[in-house]
Amino acid sequence: MGIVKTKDLVFEYIRRDEEGNVEGITRAVDEVTLDIEQGDFVAILGHNGSGKSTLAKHINAILYPTEGTVWVDGMDTAKDEHLWDIRQKAGMVFQNPDNQIIGQVVEEDVGFGPENLGVPTQEIWERVEESLKAVGMYEFRKHSPNKLSGGQKQRVSIAGVIAMHPKCIVLDEPTAMLDPNGRKEVIRAVRALNDVENITVILITHYMEEIVHANKVFVMDNGKVAMQGTPREIFSQVEKLKSLRLDVPQVTLLAHELRKSGLELPEGILTKEELVKALGL
Amino acid sequence: MSIILDHVNHIYEEDTAMAFPALVDVNLVIPDGQFIGLIGHTGSGKSTLVQHLNGLIKPTSGSVYYNGADIHEDGYNKKELRSKVGLVFQYPEHQLFEIDVFSDVCFGPKNLGLEKKDVELRAYAALKQVGIADEYFYQSPFDLSGGQKRRVAIAGVLAMKPEVLILDEPTAGLDPKGRDEILEQIAKLRKETGMTVILVSHSMEDVAKYVDRIIVMNKGKIMYDDVPKEVFRHYKELEEVGLAAPQITYIMQELRARGLRVDTDITSVEEAKKAILQAMGR
Amino acid sequence: MLRDITLGQYYRTDSLIHRLDPRVKLVGTLVFIISLFVVDNFIGYIIAALLLVWVIKLSKVPFRFMVRGMKAIVFLLLIAVIFNLFLTPGEAVFTVWKIQITREGIYLAAFMAIRLVFLLMGSSVMTLTTTPNQLTDGLEKLLNPLKKLKVPVHEISMMMSIALRFIPILLEETDKIMKAQIARGADFESGNLIKKAKSLVPLLVPLFISAFRRANDLATAMEARCYRGGEHRTKMKPLIYQKNDRLAYAVLWGYLAVCIVVGRYAG
Repeated sequence: MGIVKTKDLVFEYIRRDEEGNVEGITRAVDEVTLDIEQGDFVAILGHNGSGKSTLAKHINAILYPTEGTVWVDGMDTAKDEHLWDIRQKAGMVFQNPDNQIIGQVVEEDVGFGPENLGVPTQEIWERVEESLKAVGMYEFRKHSPNKLSGGQKQRVSIAGVIAMHPKCIVLDEPTAMLDPNGRKEVIRAVRALNDVENITVILITHYMEEIVHANKVFVMDNGKVAMQGTPREIFSQVEKLKSLRLDVPQVTLLAHELRKSGLELPEGILTKEELVKALGL
Repeated sequence: MSIILDHVNHIYEEDTAMAFPALVDVNLVIPDGQFIGLIGHTGSGKSTLVQHLNGLIKPTSGSVYYNGADIHEDGYNKKELRSKVGLVFQYPEHQLFEIDVFSDVCFGPKNLGLEKKDVELRAYAALKQVGIADEYFYQSPFDLSGGQKRRVAIAGVLAMKPEVLILDEPTAGLDPKGRDEILEQIAKLRKETGMTVILVSHSMEDVAKYVDRIIVMNKGKIMYDDVPKEVFRHYKELEEVGLAAPQITYIMQELRARGLRVDTDITSVEEAKKAILQAMGR
Repeated sequence: MLRDITLGQYYRTDSLIHRLDPRVKLVGTLVFIISLFVVDNFIGYIIAALLLVWVIKLSKVPFRFMVRGMKAIVFLLLIAVIFNLFLTPGEAVFTVWKIQITREGIYLAAFMAIRLVFLLMGSSVMTLTTTPNQLTDGLEKLLNPLKKLKVPVHEISMMMSIALRFIPILLEETDKIMKAQIARGADFESGNLIKKAKSLVPLLVPLFISAFRRANDLATAMEARCYRGGEHRTKMKPLIYQKNDRLAYAVLWGYLAVCIVVGRYAG
């Protein structure tokens, strides 16, 4: 069994009006079945409100399934006794860099997780050091998080998760509030974790260029998995992605348009080098 | 009729050890009716710059003129200036506060001291301009989706009937479709009203398609100020300061280097397609 | 605008005082304040002044930083002095029309001024040399015995440190919302009190919504990082008394003893 597995996962919440009367039930996640292997780099795409964040919160046992089951490292997330083990195994990084940093000094924030796990003091220091080095933030360890850029704050948050020695890290739109430089910084750090430490990465995003390096992509729509495959397979379906309120990189779009005009090009071109080659230049 | 910035400098926390020059000798003329993209990464001074245009921030030295008048002269009506130069902040939905959408949009015109009827007419027109349907008018703004909230917030500024509309990263945090929808709406709005629009962004792709002038900021200075094609010609220099030309520009450069006779100053997929087909003899 | 307000203004440098255990500094500040009320003569105040000057010197914090904090209480200081000066009955030294200044009044006013200034300086030394985090840590450890009385000591100190972390963020946010509403023609300055209060609605509603959203996000983020209260927790920076801390305590208790003696027998 993979590190993260869901079977027929359903999550519903009840909408209430101002007086607290039930207005209706919204199915945010609808029968999702996934199997993610240790070491995978998985991207979950989807427009705002497609259910991707709700799905992510199940992996960290912040939300529990209404129906179906979620297993993290073989543990059922609905069982209370696994709660803390699951949260240690599957770390989570959120969208807003300001709202997830607890410490007033970078190193203290990274130490927060290990403190909660009851790690001995000496080892906390070792973990903080290695984690900050892994995301390239070691030289900022004595700084106040308030003075850092968005990209740096997110890297601190990632270090805070790594210090808990997780097997899997879920990133819920970590780059949505960052500028292009910050986005690159964060994605570089995430890729390094996946490559070097073999940590399973589940990246939720709606920036298409960020998923190019994933080995598996799931596209969510209306709570369901609407598409899945490799980035190339996904990007081959330009029209379908557009109908799901998504986009493709400009080079893929250009190749797609050229193909429609009669040039013989394969679908799913991801880089300009591939385009050059396909054009026979 | 224009905005002129004359040798504007702005230093944050002047006279302290933390002094930080946010704007360095900025000279700008913004004539009526232009569609301008203001590009720069975080901390380049672009947000500080736009807050000078409606007098929210005072230059440490230098002057800002609106329609010929120095806006920091004694007795200048700043409130009127702010209605003429509308500024939509980043994540503008965070400023919504009224119990329903319509009342929130009324806030601006009401502050101008207009008659109730005029206020409501303006609010109605503004909500229509951003494409909010009547059925949402009396809903709480907090029940709307992210994209809708942002439209309502933009309507809140439009209801003041500005001559210049400045939008600070209006697409931040939206999904690709939401991004396109907002930008299309702004382009349409400009076409209909002819007002000056300044679009602040860090994405070249976003602005390249719409604007007729790009101002690139770096370290508080204006680095480039020209038509998009000219600016993108400096894609190597842009990269050095952490910015980039649209992806399409790089593709065309690469194709050209490989011997395909295409223009390298192309900025949209549509143009690129035509150029490649033509170069390949189709 | 609002960002200019600095809270918990920690002065970053390395000194003997900076390195002291925060508990020593908390207790020390308390002892110093008590001492100011134990002594009521000039000899006592000279001893207190000597200690204060010595500690400030050791802390390597420039004196002007101490004085900067003083500006905030100038008004309070004036009121205290004036009240004591004019309203203390006793032997008149000086009379203008119906107002008289008495010998007792002068003494009281002078004492009050000295006490207030010393009090503020004493506590400034603490906040200038201790990070807010160290302070809350120290407070948590000091109040630990209260846990037996079911006082949620850990939770209180966690709340304090989170509040301290978010104050600058919320101040910045206030600034941003204020500007956004000013750009929509809002006026936060003119008008009478009721109008002013009303004009705050467009500021406060978004601010509260944002604060609640942040609180919610933060709670989720803390849970995701296995936070479950004070139990099972270890410390990255546990507080352990060093030699200097013990010495500092010795100095403190010695100082208090001298103050008590002076307060009782001198003057």
